[in-house]
Amino acid sequence: MSQILCSPTPVTTQEGIQALLADKGGAKYYEQMRGLKVNQAQLAQDLQTTCKSRTRTWLNICAHCGMCADSCFFYKANDKDPKQIPSYKIQSTLGEMLRRNGKVDTSFMMHCMDVAWGQCTCCNRCGMYCPHGIDTGVMFSYLRGILFKHGFVPWELKIGSGMHRVYGAQMDVTVDDWVDTCEWMVDENSDEWPNLEIPVEKEGCDVMYICNAREVKHYPEDLAQAAILFHVTGTSWTVPREGWETTSLTMFAGDWEGCEQNLKRIYDAVRRLKPKMVVGTECGHAHRATVVEGPYWGGQESGDPPVPFLHYVEWVAKVLREGKLKLDPTKKIKGPCTLQDACNYVRNDGLGKYTREIMSYIAEDFREMDPHNEHNFCCGGGGGLNGIGLYRKQRNIGLKNKLDQIRATGANMVVTPCHNCWDAIRDMMEVYEEKNIKWSFLKPILINMMQIPESIAHVDQE
Amino acid sequence: MMQLLTGPLFVASLLIFVIGLVVRAVLYIKGLDAKLERVAYSYHRERSVPGAAMSIIKWLIPAGTAGWRTQPVAMVLFFLLHFGAVLLPLFLLGHTVILEQCTGISLPALPNNVADILTIASLSALALLALRRILSPVLRQLNSFQDWLILALTFAPFFTGFMAMHSASSYDLWIQLHVISGELFLVLAPFTKLSHIVLFFMSRAQLGIDFAIKRGGDTRGGVFPW
Repeated sequence: MSQILCSPTPVTTQEGIQALLADKGGAKYYEQMRGLKVNQAQLAQDLQTTCKSRTRTWLNICAHCGMCADSCFFYKANDKDPKQIPSYKIQSTLGEMLRRNGKVDTSFMMHCMDVAWGQCTCCNRCGMYCPHGIDTGVMFSYLRGILFKHGFVPWELKIGSGMHRVYGAQMDVTVDDWVDTCEWMVDENSDEWPNLEIPVEKEGCDVMYICNAREVKHYPEDLAQAAILFHVTGTSWTVPREGWETTSLTMFAGDWEGCEQNLKRIYDAVRRLKPKMVVGTECGHAHRATVVEGPYWGGQESGDPPVPFLHYVEWVAKVLREGKLKLDPTKKIKGPCTLQDACNYVRNDGLGKYTREIMSYIAEDFREMDPHNEHNFCCGGGGGLNGIGLYRKQRNIGLKNKLDQIRATGANMVVTPCHNCWDAIRDMMEVYEEKNIKWSFLKPILINMMQIPESIAHVDQE
Repeated sequence: MMQLLTGPLFVASLLIFVIGLVVRAVLYIKGLDAKLERVAYSYHRERSVPGAAMSIIKWLIPAGTAGWRTQPVAMVLFFLLHFGAVLLPLFLLGHTVILEQCTGISLPALPNNVADILTIASLSALALLALRRILSPVLRQLNSFQDWLILALTFAPFFTGFMAMHSASSYDLWIQLHVISGELFLVLAPFTKLSHIVLFFMSRAQLGIDFAIKRGGDTRGGVFPW
């Protein structure tokens, strides 16, 4: 008998992850999903206990007025396909599941999966355009939770959820790998920055920095840049040995139990190291998962984190404002430059004012996208969509909307302080063969512009 | 017949309407779950109160939100319908007289010509909304039986009331139809999408609170820029 890859049980072992990874593209996984029976009694019970008045009211009072249609980038990018109207998408999935009280079959659940991950990035934009205040993105997030519990989750996110559960990170980065990478980055940069440190597990610092496993595994220079910026600003900082990873593929997957485990690891680190504040890297969903939704998973009744948790852009705006980070005004970006607002910390956490504050320091010709700030469109790859091979085609169609928005500004540089947006923008430039527009995280831009105080030892590298 | 319609049946339908809507509002609030929804409803009053209030108020003002401004046609039709739908049942002269007879409460009455204008505006808006339902590809994808039912339920009292006022010869027939259709509206409101009469306020307040408490209220100062 072949190994069970697709089931309602989450992956909790290294072997389980390896077996899934060995199944290229999830071919066997999806084949098994097609034979996965729906536990209808359990589904009915789950809906009964978790689908409460807010969601049911949203679905019941939806006036079918159609005002959400134009708010959705998928609807726009798919030539106004009526099947992409947010109201239709949720009514034909979660709405139908409730009307049938869970008496649905496998192909219905797979259809729900296709819509919940392939036609919605949970960007919550439609919620701003509904007169009744119906937030379809919130409902799709809820639906993802139901689908995850019953085993209907895209292959990559099943793996992602497993990674968090096994490694405490979205990728197979062990504690040793992590600590080694910190040491390596210090060594790598010690010629240029003789006093550079990445202090691991130091108690009582001002800042505890947490980041994204991708940075550690694929572009560790990001970690080095973070270290250099903390060093140059004279920040007392540390990284925890465990609880250093702030992303949450578990949130994209609808694995709420996994989300709770992630949060507890970070909160444990806060308890151990007692920092004054926590700063997270340039990642949107990590901020949503750790700072916006996170406190609830971490058991904080007030919804507030135990100490202030700042997104990287908040910290950068703060050190610029306080004069701890000084930029050389002659090095400002000269050409037309725009800014990508990440849904997860701009629409859903109001941090757009900080990114704009930063832009005033770094760009001479800053051009807003239309629409922007809270009203901005999703990059096209949010909500986990970037990583799902099964929906690559749908994602690529959606990317066009953002590319049009960027092109309309006339900018040749997009400042993109979010991993998902960064990936989506990189991919859209490739897919649509746009060669004249560049994009960047903030850290490399800041490193390039910063003025190094005399008190900081620095050796120019030729 | 008329006595029965305007007496016990009227009182009964009014009771069903009021109690039904109150029950729906109470059930809505009781069903909110801070843990499941991850919104700390009982914290941060200083943000949640203005957040809820502005989430409602801005959407009650024509062109008060980006949502309204991006859909001007729908906006005009909705507001034309709702001016009449809110003002006429309460402030039409005939209605205020009945109210005073039954309860002793005396409300100011709308001049008849204003009432006529409001009625015609609402009826036109309803007709155009129906046309929009038929013609718009978006709405055609969404239409359900209930959407048509509530349009008809809303159209009938306006139309019959208008006819009663303006066709003296068949006043008795139209006024009976008016009372019946009005009562049907009242009785069915709590059980259909017409429940948005109260649930609009609940749902809007919830989303306002959601943004105020959890999704950026702290950095924005409570109120979301709708």
